Amino acid sequence: MEAFSQLLQQLYFTSSNNEKSRLLRHYLAHTADPDRGWAIAALAGTLKFEFFKRNAVKNLMLERVDPDLFAMSYDYVGEMSETVAHLWPDATTSIELPGLAELIDQFRQANREQVKSLLVHYLSGMTAEQRWSLLKLGTRGLRVGLSARSVKRILAEYGDVPVSEIETLWHALKPPYRELFDWLEGRAEKPDIAGAVTFHPVMLSHPLPEDKATQLSVEDWQVEYKYDGIRVQLVITEQGKALYSRTGDDISESFPDVLAGIEEPGVIDGELLVINNGKIESFNALQQRLNRKKPSKKLIAERPAGIVVYDLLTDNDEDITPLPLSIRRLRLEHWLSRASADHLLLSPVLSVSANAQLQKTYADAAQDTGVEGLMLKRKDSSYQPGRPSGQWYKWKREALHLDAVVMYAQRGHGKRSSFYSDFTFGVWQDDTLLPIGKAYSGFTDEELKKLDNWVRRNAVGRFGPVREVRKELVVEVAFDAIHPSTRHKSGVALRFPRFHRIRWDKPASEADTLANARALIIE
Amino acid sequence: MQADKWLQPRDNGLYCVAADCYIDPTAPVNRALITHGHADHAIGGHHSVVATAPTIAIMRTRYGEDMAQTVEALDYGHTIELGDPDDPVSCTFYPAGHILGSAQILLSYRGTRVVISGDYKRQPDPTCPPFTAIDCDVFITEATFALPVFKHPPIEQECEKLLQSLALFPERCHLVGVYALGKCQRMILGLRALGYNQPIYLHGAQRRLCDLYEEHGIRLGQLIDVAEVADKSELAGEIVLAPPSALSDRWSRSLPEVRKAMASGWMQIRARAHQRQVELPLIVSDHCDWQALLDTIDEVSPGEVWITHGREDALLHQLTTQGVKARALSLIGYDEDATD
Repeated sequence: MEAFSQLLQQLYFTSSNNEKSRLLRHYLAHTADPDRGWAIAALAGTLKFEFFKRNAVKNLMLERVDPDLFAMSYDYVGEMSETVAHLWPDATTSIELPGLAELIDQFRQANREQVKSLLVHYLSGMTAEQRWSLLKLGTRGLRVGLSARSVKRILAEYGDVPVSEIETLWHALKPPYRELFDWLEGRAEKPDIAGAVTFHPVMLSHPLPEDKATQLSVEDWQVEYKYDGIRVQLVITEQGKALYSRTGDDISESFPDVLAGIEEPGVIDGELLVINNGKIESFNALQQRLNRKKPSKKLIAERPAGIVVYDLLTDNDEDITPLPLSIRRLRLEHWLSRASADHLLLSPVLSVSANAQLQKTYADAAQDTGVEGLMLKRKDSSYQPGRPSGQWYKWKREALHLDAVVMYAQRGHGKRSSFYSDFTFGVWQDDTLLPIGKAYSGFTDEELKKLDNWVRRNAVGRFGPVREVRKELVVEVAFDAIHPSTRHKSGVALRFPRFHRIRWDKPASEADTLANARALIIE
Repeated sequence: MQADKWLQPRDNGLYCVAADCYIDPTAPVNRALITHGHADHAIGGHHSVVATAPTIAIMRTRYGEDMAQTVEALDYGHTIELGDPDDPVSCTFYPAGHILGSAQILLSYRGTRVVISGDYKRQPDPTCPPFTAIDCDVFITEATFALPVFKHPPIEQECEKLLQSLALFPERCHLVGVYALGKCQRMILGLRALGYNQPIYLHGAQRRLCDLYEEHGIRLGQLIDVAEVADKSELAGEIVLAPPSALSDRWSRSLPEVRKAMASGWMQIRARAHQRQVELPLIVSDHCDWQALLDTIDEVSPGEVWITHGREDALLHQLTTQGVKARALSLIGYDEDATD
């Protein structure tokens, strides 16, 4: 437990990803099974149970401190685990702390009363940092700036294997991951996971190069819409089923309606969208589902989720990824007819027989709300994890543009922490500027230096880390779409806003208006 | 005579009616008694100043030789009389253990003794004599870290943390944010005490006060200005001390692979460390933590406690619960964030 706590402290305060990787790999190399496996579970969020409730912790604390002082302390610190970690009376004698696995096991075996005395025993024998670690671990509130994806990447670095192999295995393995470490450290073969419900690494596309569209021989390409949802993978085996995000996170709990009623075994690649009676709704509708870890029945009824399916990786239990897309497509159609689920729609193949027709299809796609362009996939492409070249292209519709005025700036993170690099910009409504979005990309390093310099010379106010600037700098922002939004004062929200050009020359009074912005909404 | 009849909080700070002088005034006044040299307690432009000799030297370093019209240096333990010679207020300075030159001020008038402790701490500090408890009727205390969450570890432990990090990340320049007066020199001595005899590098803002400490016989070892290092890549694996404001400033961009540290009592709170994007928080304070405040009040055992700046609510609550007579003065203008 000491080593794990120390690791958490180090990870928590380290911002560089390389450094985090180094710290975690060092820990893995110097920690025995099963402790290190449980550490991985805690970090990657696969530790699925709470040791104790936050409220139980609070009550134990209140038995030991004046409630007014507790309230004032909590108010100041702003966070329960840290408040308790500092307030808990320090030990007069130190105790021997068990390893992480032993500790987890003790809490797991304990009944409610035993949990209390265990908690008191350990809190009283620990340092403030260790208390914080235990409380965060026990309430599943562990956030040290390391995503599940990063943990897998670091495990791949640790064992010098491709991260895709870790991802393929990941969901089939359980803590404390002994067989994973045996493999990563060369003592055993790769774990066998046939038939397990597990995420398969996905195939990704490249943006279509500018001159490519006119040169394609269209008969070699399958043309589909590029949907404006999120990429998902639906996995159904004899052993169970799950829905994964494109990074391999299990999002089944958030989308029970998608999994309901499908029993046909297979691994399906597709786009998650809100589909109401066969009609695809905009990304904005999906956004409301994405924000909910556990959606209410009401929300599910109002915004039912479904999938537009476009590829099949495993048919029944046969791996068909080596087959060409044209064949996989036929197998997908058959699978879909066997699955017979209303909320799974087949992504239509657009009939394009000449190059000129492709251009027109692309232009038409720009007018559709649920679509953000076209996908072009070679008919003979096998399904290869990663981003193989020349196989799949995305042809996104042209970005939209607005001239907006920079209103606030904030320092960036990591390498950019000494630069003002995050910008909030707005457009005019009468003679007031209303913020419509935030951007932190699209400029060169050279431009970033100039922007940073400009912010420092033109700052007029400060709200914590945020600097308010003179409303004088116009930027042409590019974005993929604009939606009505009740969460913003301006009533609109931009999708993927970024800098397109900095208009050092343009007076702020000539920037766009909210009416201009609204006119770009596709109804 | 009851203390609140002749000693009162005013807009510019604590005012002694009977001696017509302010203690640590926040705006220029005719006569000022200064507890210590931190910028929120000692400003330039008063007509006359009474302080310890080191505090006067600090004020001159910061505000120039003409920082006041008349200056009187008072040694610890010596007494002067202020106000009406026939009805005087006697004034004596005692060590406060906060920084070089820091003093508690005992004012005694018509038989009532008031100690204005200024900022003080109880942890050992080789740059100044330790705080001494003075018998008094009213003890005026700060409350910067007056919440039971605050526990200041020994400085050795925090300096050791810095040295461990240096061993773990030998390619990174360890940039430590420290307040230029007091914290900077205490950190240097803390590192020296652990046997760290490498040169320590300084941001330009730290230099004059380090020189001043040296002039007062406090040996800091070899210090080099960062500005004098032509090839900044040589600073990999070295310790650079800079004011907290320079941590995220353009200045730090020339340093190789900066690992940001900060030495402050506030670093105990994660959000505070995160806010400054500090990777290595070092909990080093020149103030008392909660327990030290309570122990000190217990030791001084005054008839009454007046609380100045900081988290006075919590301390007031605690003292009232203990049956100690206490009140909050709500003095404004003391910026505890900047100085710890």
